[in-house]
Amino acid sequence: MAYQLESNHIKQIGILNLQGAVSEHITMLNHMGNIHVSLVQHPQQLATLDGLIIPGGESTTISRLIKQNGLLTPIQQFAQQGKGILGTCAGLVLCGKATTHSEVELLNLMDICVERNGFGRQINSFETQLDIPNIGQHIPAVFIRAPYIAKAGENVQQLAFVDQHCIMAQQNNILVCAFHPELTNDNCIMQYFVDLC
Amino acid sequence: MNQVTGTPTIKRGMAQMQKGGVIMDVINAEQAKIAEQAGAVAVMALERVPSDIRAMGGVARMADPTIIEQVMNAVTIPVMAKARIGHIVEARILESMGVDYIDESEVLTPADEQYHLLKDEFTVPFVCGCRDLGEALRRIGEGASMLRTKGEPGTGNIVEAVRHMRKVNEQIRQITTKSKDELMTFAKEISAPYELVLQIKQLGKLPVVNFAAGGVATPADAALMMQLGADGVFVGSGIFKSQNPEKFAKAIVQATCYFDDYPRLAELSKGLGDAMKGIEISTLVPSERMQERGW
Repeated sequence: MAYQLESNHIKQIGILNLQGAVSEHITMLNHMGNIHVSLVQHPQQLATLDGLIIPGGESTTISRLIKQNGLLTPIQQFAQQGKGILGTCAGLVLCGKATTHSEVELLNLMDICVERNGFGRQINSFETQLDIPNIGQHIPAVFIRAPYIAKAGENVQQLAFVDQHCIMAQQNNILVCAFHPELTNDNCIMQYFVDLC
Repeated sequence: MNQVTGTPTIKRGMAQMQKGGVIMDVINAEQAKIAEQAGAVAVMALERVPSDIRAMGGVARMADPTIIEQVMNAVTIPVMAKARIGHIVEARILESMGVDYIDESEVLTPADEQYHLLKDEFTVPFVCGCRDLGEALRRIGEGASMLRTKGEPGTGNIVEAVRHMRKVNEQIRQITTKSKDELMTFAKEISAPYELVLQIKQLGKLPVVNFAAGGVATPADAALMMQLGADGVFVGSGIFKSQNPEKFAKAIVQATCYFDDYPRLAELSKGLGDAMKGIEISTLVPSERMQERGW
């Protein structure tokens, strides 16, 4: 009986596997337990999922592969069903409705405008620690050619800031961060996301 | 809160974000835009692609900073550039320009026949070539944040890239099956730092991302390297020396992503036009083999 109760709580989390830091998310989710992890390259693979992670990578590349391979509408529908979505770095850019560079076709899941590479080039990439209400304190955060949220709508909860720029936000079932929790050993942000799903 | 730049996590992490992607050689802003449009994860700005370096001969150096600047201004994806092996000043110049990654590359004429750069001392991350695990771990020991198997640049012939990727992965498997008391001797045999051999034993893989380079000319070549365990591919002459760079670039990006989807690979290989002509490796005399450069 206890076994069955537990198995009912296994969350099905998919990672969009087109380009980027995919294996890092798998490793982190596998360490957390009670999560079934799968990879998404085709629209039908979204069907059984409770949540989808759009990983860090190059937003231009991922956006082209999303569009060319018929994933744009299926991901938008997935979000409309209230399923969880976590976008990290490039994933944050893709979840937005507008960006400073037009090269990227966005998923438009969240009422945010994004400044791509907002903190500069690779030599300006940095590590820091963040205190995020309801999630944790001194959370290690790795920013790599990171974007920030330049404008957010009223229904967007802005969760964390660096140099007065919003770098983490939530709109109902959609969670985005400009940094890479998957490059650290701290899974509190991932746990917060899994609990949303 | 305190912000720190240039840490190993940041330098290696940048390469992790490139995984599953294609990095394309470009010689001007126009080519860089084509590469970005096609879905490249980064461009490598240089004065001549490897096949032209091969054809023209002479000393190959860091590109004119004007070209690199034009490429940096033309695209929003990361821009890499090549410095000669051991050329501290070329590397520092590229770093000062804000290039996102430096390739300490055997494609250029080496500046130092004994020593590579001490890459740990730089804020900008480096990628280096390797033909076997010993070379890979020596480069990591010096601070390389990303590797690429060398292949034979500018040939459009995949055979050397395959040889090097297989060699590196075979030697990793050897380490994982060896007992710990055999590892010092193995480290000595492959001329690798012992601590990094121990780390491979523990991780079962390289501690940094490893792309394939040197000979990728078709979508099938790119998919082959992914199946052999590459984290992504560099394409040098293969795109802009083909008959239709836009089509080749786009198809190679798709093939790198869907590397085991054969009907799709068949579809995207159709009607691309001629790939770059290519060179049979046995026709190259040893002094023409760029892969021999590096120590």
